[in-house]
Amino acid sequence: MAELKFIGGYPEYMRKLIDVVNKTRQQRKDYTPKAMTMQERDEVLKVHPDYAPGGKRVISIGPNKGDTAPNEVADLLEAYPLIEGNEVDVTKPDYSVDLLIIGGGLAGTTAAVWAVDKGVAKDTILLVNKLRHGDANSIMAEGGTQAADRENDSPARHFLDALGGGHFTNKPDVLRALVEDAPLIMDWLCDLGAMIDREDDGGFVEKAGGGTSRRRMHACKDYTGLEELRVIKDEFRNLEIPYLEYYPVIEFLTDGNRVTGAVLYNLETGDYKIVQAEATILATGGFGRLHVRGFPTTNHYGATCDGVVLAYRVGAKLRDTDTVQYHPTGAAYPQQIIGLLLTEKLRSMGAQPVNKNGEAFVFPLEPRDVEAASFIRECYVNEKGVITPTGMRGIWLDTPMIELKNGEGTIEKSFPGMFRMFNRFDLDIRKDPVLVFPTLHYQNGGVETDPWGKTNIDGLWVAGEVSGGVHGKNRLMGNSTLDCLVFGRRSGISVAEYLKSNPKHGKLTLDHLKSYTQMLKDAGVNTTRKAPILLPDYRGKAILARMIDVF
Amino acid sequence: MPEKKSDIMDKIADANKSVVTGIDEKDIEHWITISILGRKYQVPAGLTIMQAMEFAGYRFIRSCGCRAGFCGACATVYRLEGDYRLRTAMACQTRVEDGMYLTQIPFTPAEKAKYDITKLTPGIEALLHNYPEILRCLGCNACTKACPQDIDVMEYIAAGKRGDVEKMAEISFDCIQCGLCAIRCPAELAQYNYAQLARRLYGRYGTPKPEHLKNRVKEIGQDKFKDDFDKLLSGNEDELRKMYTSRDIEKA
Repeated sequence: MAELKFIGGYPEYMRKLIDVVNKTRQQRKDYTPKAMTMQERDEVLKVHPDYAPGGKRVISIGPNKGDTAPNEVADLLEAYPLIEGNEVDVTKPDYSVDLLIIGGGLAGTTAAVWAVDKGVAKDTILLVNKLRHGDANSIMAEGGTQAADRENDSPARHFLDALGGGHFTNKPDVLRALVEDAPLIMDWLCDLGAMIDREDDGGFVEKAGGGTSRRRMHACKDYTGLEELRVIKDEFRNLEIPYLEYYPVIEFLTDGNRVTGAVLYNLETGDYKIVQAEATILATGGFGRLHVRGFPTTNHYGATCDGVVLAYRVGAKLRDTDTVQYHPTGAAYPQQIIGLLLTEKLRSMGAQPVNKNGEAFVFPLEPRDVEAASFIRECYVNEKGVITPTGMRGIWLDTPMIELKNGEGTIEKSFPGMFRMFNRFDLDIRKDPVLVFPTLHYQNGGVETDPWGKTNIDGLWVAGEVSGGVHGKNRLMGNSTLDCLVFGRRSGISVAEYLKSNPKHGKLTLDHLKSYTQMLKDAGVNTTRKAPILLPDYRGKAILARMIDVF
Repeated sequence: MPEKKSDIMDKIADANKSVVTGIDEKDIEHWITISILGRKYQVPAGLTIMQAMEFAGYRFIRSCGCRAGFCGACATVYRLEGDYRLRTAMACQTRVEDGMYLTQIPFTPAEKAKYDITKLTPGIEALLHNYPEILRCLGCNACTKACPQDIDVMEYIAAGKRGDVEKMAEISFDCIQCGLCAIRCPAELAQYNYAQLARRLYGRYGTPKPEHLKNRVKEIGQDKFKDDFDKLLSGNEDELRKMYTSRDIEKA
């Protein structure tokens, strides 16, 4: 490959293609392609990674035996535990608490704060984190949080939007809890002092998202998750709730039926700790770092499906394991940020998806799976994508349209995070469109719950992305931070209620591993795979080939 | 003739290979030399600091979080050979340069005050009561120079010293709490914690709850949407689909 000449951060040939987009901008300003009919949606979804052939298999063991899941997920469900059991002494707990919370993103942190609010003594809580407290997908949420709080809107309408977006597969009572609590959550965030974007009259700025029939997206510039999480984490710190960092859970403990604690592993020193708990809230997030079907991801470093694996081993029922959310607009250029999220709010504010001929080819705010599939079709079936120097294909997201429609300066004001990220790589999204392609974004399914976060296993609650049901087979923008906040709060309240009955500490055993391992053997799962994997491995191949284990 | 769909998935996976499974050395055209913790490594040009360290064989436990510039875990300090300046960066958002020598700051020891936000009044008292040391600011601007988010940290500290909570909140809004300002501060401040307090004060007291929110919260308390939900929860899928496709859509 000859040395490429770069102009404004783009190689010359891409710069010429940008000129094509610039030329058609004015005529596209007042034109939006029509939204697809249900039939058209079904047609385009054939090229979505969830529906394209291959990539999935039937789960061979456990409560969801017979369901399908991506190979990468099935691989972890059909894997052996990290410990056999006899190498750890589970009978002497290092921590004996009422409430163990696993995962300190929005859901887990919110659960802790609400448990205290409902009377659980702070010293009887322990929040454990695999990485730092707050290192979570939540902190990267950009676009917003949905809440139907304007007069022309209602929680019932929010329900219908989410149900349609989820292909009518959402669990209705759980979805009702999500939408009906949403305004209460906004109210709580105001009390805590979160800085939610405001209009001049003091009302919230509210925008549309893909698949929403009303403007109900509340944002904090394009740092929504960061603002929500840092405020709630600050409250958590003020309440002096105990927490541990770099201590992932590697296995639950049970008394045979009920979850009674967990085994923690110190990532730095390699020793273990035993926690005994009367109630456990699992809030470990999703699985983007499994790179399902070889896609890049928007997810943080620790998003490796740990929670689903651990819960499944103790018999928790999963649902909607067959779908994965690909966000339509992941960065496709430059190489350094491939897969990172470009918020849907860019499209809410007017940025148009455009092909290499400068044509707007799709309604910009279809539900995410439909939008993503239409990008894949444009690139790989219609051959109208732009090919990058590293061989990726993408379509343009015409960000300068935001300035054209909303006035100069809008991007810096509303998207400081995006503007800054591209600027670091010498690209100016005010003047040039950005190249995008779908990226692995969200684990739609997960551990099934009731409207209070309770699972089918006594002693175990779940909240946030690790749970399944509320979004059905596809989540709408702005419902994930909401999910974390609503079910973090609800699980915290539900556990507080449960603890009032003074449950006794249960026996601590790893007996479930024996039966799980037996199931694997009976099903003929012949593998050396172990799970949870805890962290992905991106080390260079040449280095890995020369590693020796002598110390 | 359109390609077979599974071929499409294979092509996509192939195009993403270097991001997902690491870079293949045979695809690398340009190499540069960087130094990690004093040891030199040849790495491909064009990677971020984080990707380059992984290429060199480091597997992160600390100093790696969201990998997208939001969490502040990967605070890094470096110099370029032959240049006296000490530079700061987020490792996940900064390209490696030839001659860069670096270390990471995985943790910032910093005091955070404990307060009950409902009992404070926004202004100078709240700031000084919780963080009296804010007055020690020397106005040296080291914090602003260190900020990888290009925030004018010194300016918001100055606003804080005047009790201007609103300005402090607004200037500091993009803070990812990486701690580099605090590490560089000769007056030993923990600026980012003061900014957190200011933002919560401004959010709670400077921007009152909108009426439309208060009304909706009241309506939910009165169970106003019960009938709507009864209908939705008892509807069969055909009815729900009809309701969904016939709903009116507000202009974005």
